[in-house]
Amino acid sequence: MNKLSTSALSLSLAVGLALGATTVAGEAKAKAWEPKKPIEFVIMAGKGGGADRLARFIQGIIEKHKMSPKPLIPINKGGGSGAEALQYLKAKNGDPHVILATLNSYYTTPLRQPKLGIDISKYTPIARLAEDTFQLWVHVDSGINSVKDYVAAVKKAGKKGWKMGGTGKGAEDSLVTGMLMKKFGIDMTYVPYKGGGKVAKELIGKHINSTVNNPAEQVGFWDAGKSKPLASFTPPGMLKGKWGKIPTFQDLGHGSDMVYYMQRSIVAPGGIADDVRDFYVSLFQKVYTSSEWQGYLNKKGLIPGWLTGDKLQAYFIAEKAKHAKLLGK
Amino acid sequence: MEILGHLADGFLISFEPLNLALVIFGAMVGLFIGAMPGLGSVNGVAILLPMTFLVPPTSAIIFLGAIYYGAMYGGAISSIMLGIPGASTAVATTFDGRPLALKGQADKALVAAATASFVGGTISVILFTAFAPPLAEVALAFGPPEEFALMMLAFATFIGLGGDDIPKTFFSIFIGLVLSAVGLDVVSGEPRLIFMDLPGFLHGVNFLVLAIGIYGIGEMLWTVETSRGNVSMSKATVSAKRVMAALRELVGTWKTMLMGSFLGYFVGILPAAGATPGSLMAYGVAKSIAKDPSTYGKGNVDGVVAPEAANNAASTGSMLPMLTLGIPGSPTTAILLGGMVIWGLEPGPLLFVDHKEFVWGLIASLYSANLFSLLINIAFIPAFIAVLKLPFTILAPVIFALCVVGGYVPTLDMHDVWLMFIFGVVGYLMRKLDYPLAPAVLAIVLGPLAERSVRQSLIGSHGDITIFFQRPISGTIMVVAIILLVMPLYKIIRDRMKAGRDEGGAA
Amino acid sequence: MRKAELIMALVMAVFSIYIMWKSTELPIGWIPEEGPGGGAFSFWLGAAMLVCCAAIIYRWARRLSPPSQSDEPFMDADAARLFFVITGSLGLMIGAIHVIGVYFALPIFMAFYMRYLGRHSWRLIAGFVVATPIVAFFFFEIALLKTLPKGFTEPWFYPLYDIFL
Repeated sequence: MNKLSTSALSLSLAVGLALGATTVAGEAKAKAWEPKKPIEFVIMAGKGGGADRLARFIQGIIEKHKMSPKPLIPINKGGGSGAEALQYLKAKNGDPHVILATLNSYYTTPLRQPKLGIDISKYTPIARLAEDTFQLWVHVDSGINSVKDYVAAVKKAGKKGWKMGGTGKGAEDSLVTGMLMKKFGIDMTYVPYKGGGKVAKELIGKHINSTVNNPAEQVGFWDAGKSKPLASFTPPGMLKGKWGKIPTFQDLGHGSDMVYYMQRSIVAPGGIADDVRDFYVSLFQKVYTSSEWQGYLNKKGLIPGWLTGDKLQAYFIAEKAKHAKLLGK
Repeated sequence: MEILGHLADGFLISFEPLNLALVIFGAMVGLFIGAMPGLGSVNGVAILLPMTFLVPPTSAIIFLGAIYYGAMYGGAISSIMLGIPGASTAVATTFDGRPLALKGQADKALVAAATASFVGGTISVILFTAFAPPLAEVALAFGPPEEFALMMLAFATFIGLGGDDIPKTFFSIFIGLVLSAVGLDVVSGEPRLIFMDLPGFLHGVNFLVLAIGIYGIGEMLWTVETSRGNVSMSKATVSAKRVMAALRELVGTWKTMLMGSFLGYFVGILPAAGATPGSLMAYGVAKSIAKDPSTYGKGNVDGVVAPEAANNAASTGSMLPMLTLGIPGSPTTAILLGGMVIWGLEPGPLLFVDHKEFVWGLIASLYSANLFSLLINIAFIPAFIAVLKLPFTILAPVIFALCVVGGYVPTLDMHDVWLMFIFGVVGYLMRKLDYPLAPAVLAIVLGPLAERSVRQSLIGSHGDITIFFQRPISGTIMVVAIILLVMPLYKIIRDRMKAGRDEGGAA
Repeated sequence: MRKAELIMALVMAVFSIYIMWKSTELPIGWIPEEGPGGGAFSFWLGAAMLVCCAAIIYRWARRLSPPSQSDEPFMDADAARLFFVITGSLGLMIGAIHVIGVYFALPIFMAFYMRYLGRHSWRLIAGFVVATPIVAFFFFEIALLKTLPKGFTEPWFYPLYDIFL
């Protein structure tokens, strides 16, 4: 036992000395808060999906430009449509080394699973980095060239003959599909898949008839001339480049209510100090203004939309109310 | 001939000093990460992704491709040495690799695994080179009914893996499927089977947790009991002579290698499947066409060769839908896909046109990554053998420690460590009572795919179950699967009747 | 053996019923136009498990399976002692991770195992006890960026992060 305790003693002694040394160094700097250990970058979706790829892209930008003194470690907690991540954030109240990359399940999951007892207004909003958009997509071989053709084709095929692919029920794709069906008085079969990329592939393989994919999920097939967008679920003039050339539903005279976004924001647990929040806000501001991020937004048809602080919180609350209505809760 | 020209250009790229160094380094890193229980190619690629921003995209993908390959080779090492599959792709390798190691032939198993991996990898790269675009179309033709049919085929090929006690074998399959259903119901988006409302169940029961529990902790307890706590793990030796002898013996397994390579490759290119079903199916097929199926599971070299050839072939195969369609065929390729986005490349149908140097540089480097993984692997065999010679009372606590860390690392959640511990203890008790556990591990891997695809198919067909037989591809696969399922039953019945007659005759 | 087989089958039967009950939180029937509901898969699997358990018990009663024919004890005293020592210390170690973290819980467990079951020299044990946390730290935390749980010892590691990250 002797040897063991001496080694343990000397180890703790060494750690103690090192600790003392850095406390002194820390006091010398003693201005803004800086992370003391790697930051847990929780992603409220599984590996390989759109949200995951985006979060890892953000981590890549931070890593490439050494924006943070300690690395971000992506952790997927996609269980229960993000319920797992939200509960984790709740448990980590006041922890300065955890942040969460969110998507719309940030509001839909607490709405659909009230048992969780999640109140998103308790979390600390950091930054909204973009709003992802949705388009209505069909295969080029379908011969459909406009929303009008589309509605006619769906009506002719009927519920049984028309398959719309999307992610799980109650997820974004199904809400958009619901909007579409209500607006045009059409009915179709909604087939849920595991992720947007898979949905895109199923359209190209002609296993489904249409999708409401995000631009990033379909752009490769669009460029290759396999799929085409019929209309964007955005207000007119919000998208640039080739994405801007897609008509919006409002352009086509279907009113201004056919709009739906996927927000891409970062939040932190509640109860963190102001200087911690400021550190993250400035970190993500650097990400937001980087040329990589701006280039990505343009190429992948996302709408830039920097928001932070109280405005972001107000946005979350408004969106939550909107989704409560969409979900009929 | 155009392809050969591209390939020659690719080789020039892959032999640039930086790229060559990255291939060797990547293969080595991959080998070690793959050899750790709990860490597989997906971890290796994800973790080293940020490092690749320092080099051009072509070098970056070459590096990650080499890690991917190295890890596929490495996965076999922990399967054979410790009996713990390092990743789901290496489960089938434990079936015969572990018995070989226990017989003191770990070196033979390791050489077989490395060689088969090399053959599988090389054949699949050749197929990749020659037929990339047409095969991408095959992947597209696979919708939910075809995926379900494929899962049925996978189940059918390994139905024979269980023991003699039929109710216990089925129990094992069912419990694996139930565990696979824990977490989220994809179709309705509702959480389900959240036992005791513990939030840790929301992310489901990770395959690795069950595998490390059963094969790590359970196996250790088993070994402790059978050896009364203190014997050397196995009497393994290695020498150049033995390695050569092993290589000569492997020549006889060429048929199995070829079968595994082709099967693995074609299963690998299908977006849903990936390397795990590929390797399991290869094992099942090898066993069912073997002249001596009874020696499988007891240390048959063919049983190591088939899954190893298949899983490497499948990992090449799964790159195909990623590059050509932008659809990842496996979690690892999903991370690679993320990497390509960061480097500013658009995976998809135009990649082969717009970024020729990238695609062909990658393909050419896969040839060299294979070669280097093989050489490095064989060079390290003596070191791996040396580990086996440690006294068991040293090795066991180290393995327990590895299991605990390995169970924690994939999700960074202590919940999974506790779950792994429970699986280990319960699994050990069940194993003592003749419950076969391999079927449970396989079921947890394939369960989600099977359930999702059957429900998607039925939603699409409005509840009409004949959908699986109406479509040509899924219909064909289903019929093959049913034949495979019925064959062993027929055999059993025939044998019983024969035995009954013989008994009757004797009496 | 004989008794153990029956107990295991009964425990698993109870577990099957629990799964069936838990599955009913989601629809378990056939939804028209859609196929099976979200709980159907696990409900019927639970039912199938129950049937298997019944078959196992039937075979047990008829003494058809090898364990049911065996008169040997499930574990003799020696095996039981090893089993409880190992699983007990392993469980304690996992519990201790929550409090004192991996870097202290693992070495203590390893030292206990090597000394109590292996009777190895303290010198050898000290080597493992010191090397394990160091290797683990550099492999997982620095090379792979996977933070391991540290319990209350976490602040002790901040200086190491400052140096190596």
